[in-house]
Amino acid sequence: MNTKPRAMRDVLLDRIWRAMADDKTIFFVTADFGSPVLDRIRADFPLRFVNVGIAEQNLINISAGLALEGYTVFAYAIAPFITMRCFEQIRVSLALLSEVRPMNVNLIGVGAGYSYVVSGPTHQCYEDITLMRALPNCRVMSPSDHVSAGSLFDRCVGSKGLKYLRFDAQLLPVIYEAGPPDLELGFHVHRKGERICLVATGYMLHTAFKVADALSEVGYSVGVIDLFDISHFASGSLLEELASYAGIVTLEEGFRGRGGIDAMMFELIARNNMTTRIHNVGVEGAYRFEIGSREELHEQVGIGQGVVLASVKKFIQSI
Amino acid sequence: MTANTIDLREKSHWVWRETLAIHRRAPETRVASSLSVIDIFVALYYGGVLRFDPLQPLNEERDRCVISKGHGSICMYPILADLGYFALSELQRVCHAGSFLGGIPDPVIPGYETVNGSLGHGLGVSTGMALGLKNKGSDRSVFVVVGDGELHEGANWEAIMFASQHKLDNLNLIVDNNQISMLGYTDDIVSHNSLLDRLSAFGWDCVEVDGHDVVQVQAALLKMKSSSLGKPKALIAKTLKGHGVPGLENAPLSHILNPKPELIDSLLEQKL
Repeated sequence: MNTKPRAMRDVLLDRIWRAMADDKTIFFVTADFGSPVLDRIRADFPLRFVNVGIAEQNLINISAGLALEGYTVFAYAIAPFITMRCFEQIRVSLALLSEVRPMNVNLIGVGAGYSYVVSGPTHQCYEDITLMRALPNCRVMSPSDHVSAGSLFDRCVGSKGLKYLRFDAQLLPVIYEAGPPDLELGFHVHRKGERICLVATGYMLHTAFKVADALSEVGYSVGVIDLFDISHFASGSLLEELASYAGIVTLEEGFRGRGGIDAMMFELIARNNMTTRIHNVGVEGAYRFEIGSREELHEQVGIGQGVVLASVKKFIQSI
Repeated sequence: MTANTIDLREKSHWVWRETLAIHRRAPETRVASSLSVIDIFVALYYGGVLRFDPLQPLNEERDRCVISKGHGSICMYPILADLGYFALSELQRVCHAGSFLGGIPDPVIPGYETVNGSLGHGLGVSTGMALGLKNKGSDRSVFVVVGDGELHEGANWEAIMFASQHKLDNLNLIVDNNQISMLGYTDDIVSHNSLLDRLSAFGWDCVEVDGHDVVQVQAALLKMKSSSLGKPKALIAKTLKGHGVPGLENAPLSHILNPKPELIDSLLEQKL
């Protein structure tokens, strides 16, 4: 089987479009951000499709109001804008308010990490994991291919509350050929290894596979785990999975040392009094304006396959 | 004067006294901006404008009333208690440990719809509620009370544009236009000039009233609620921050001034 890659957003929007015919409580709100599949939602459900214009603060406020009236809301915009332009609206009228009022709002942010490759730092997004996971009741989900992205629909409609879906804007190779991962677990073990395990999220899972393959060629067998539910993964199960490793490598397309999955792994290990060593792969902390391919940009900021392979080798040798 | 006007004026005076008394016990509360808006809330809740059920605050059949200028709505505590949303004795415990009535109201208070402490959020959320109600085929109305200073927040204007685009004539904005924010007169900070002209230019159906003539406010609100011309509606109520308190009324720094306890005591004695 060789599934053709699709855009994450198109697969989720397709699930939403199919569901909207029967489920009259689904509302779709966009901040003037589209996709070919979105055109179907707009055409077939004009009363439950709203474009607020280039106005992310209002995107969130309108979504909050609709959710208070009982609608399941999908709000859709480019990742840095739907998280950072309107962060206080999210905090006040979604995170705080959903503590006392039942609300179901699903924020779909397209453009994780460097996926808007040539658009530069305004449209790229390296802070959202840190920011969104700072909201204690926000479920942050970061899929690595379109199969896992589409499966998040069940989580979105099946549970109340605030959710943030961090989608890549590019077509990524299919990882979950055999079917989507277990949403309850929040992570998926792709490979078991010896001594070292790579824990990656989003696009960096693909880099993790390449690095693991390269290490395998030189005799190192490393584990690979996809951490796709960044906020509500089953921490006990993940700890069990990690217990046999001497070292963990975190890989994320976000700033390193700023509270992303690197910090989460430190917390997890430290809180459980484990001595596992941790090495972090993330964007070196600076805004940069170079133009290049995603791979080239990744090499420049410390998360490309080449630099990661070298740093992981060093890490392995230090253990 | 009809029985109705006497009742409303008496009620406004009672709420004014209770608000001062709460502030006397809990000086952390923002009293000046709570005094300017009293007649608006009295008209809404006692003037036959809002449909509400104190025993089921979130009853689907209620009109939604969003109190966006949260800090300046301490006067809602006596109103909600008087209407039976919670016990009057709770008014003695404002800002005390264990009370649900804080210096800035939270949505844990029966009768409050949203988070109100941070300014500039209520109108947008109300606009989403109005859209949702229209979509459900509900004839219930949404009222939202904001301060004029709060309209400096740009997100309001995103909602103002959206509401007229979507012809949300079930949305009723009330501006407590006391023209003072924390550091002075809004005209000296960033002037709205004429809010009536500005909102009208954005496609809203607007009316201006004396916000301290509770009967006039009531009449305007009833008329506003019943009109459905395919436009969102705004009532701009000219009010005085710190209304009725010498030294506080219309003082540019009234937001951060606390009237002395002795002054409050003498006011409460005088107007018994």
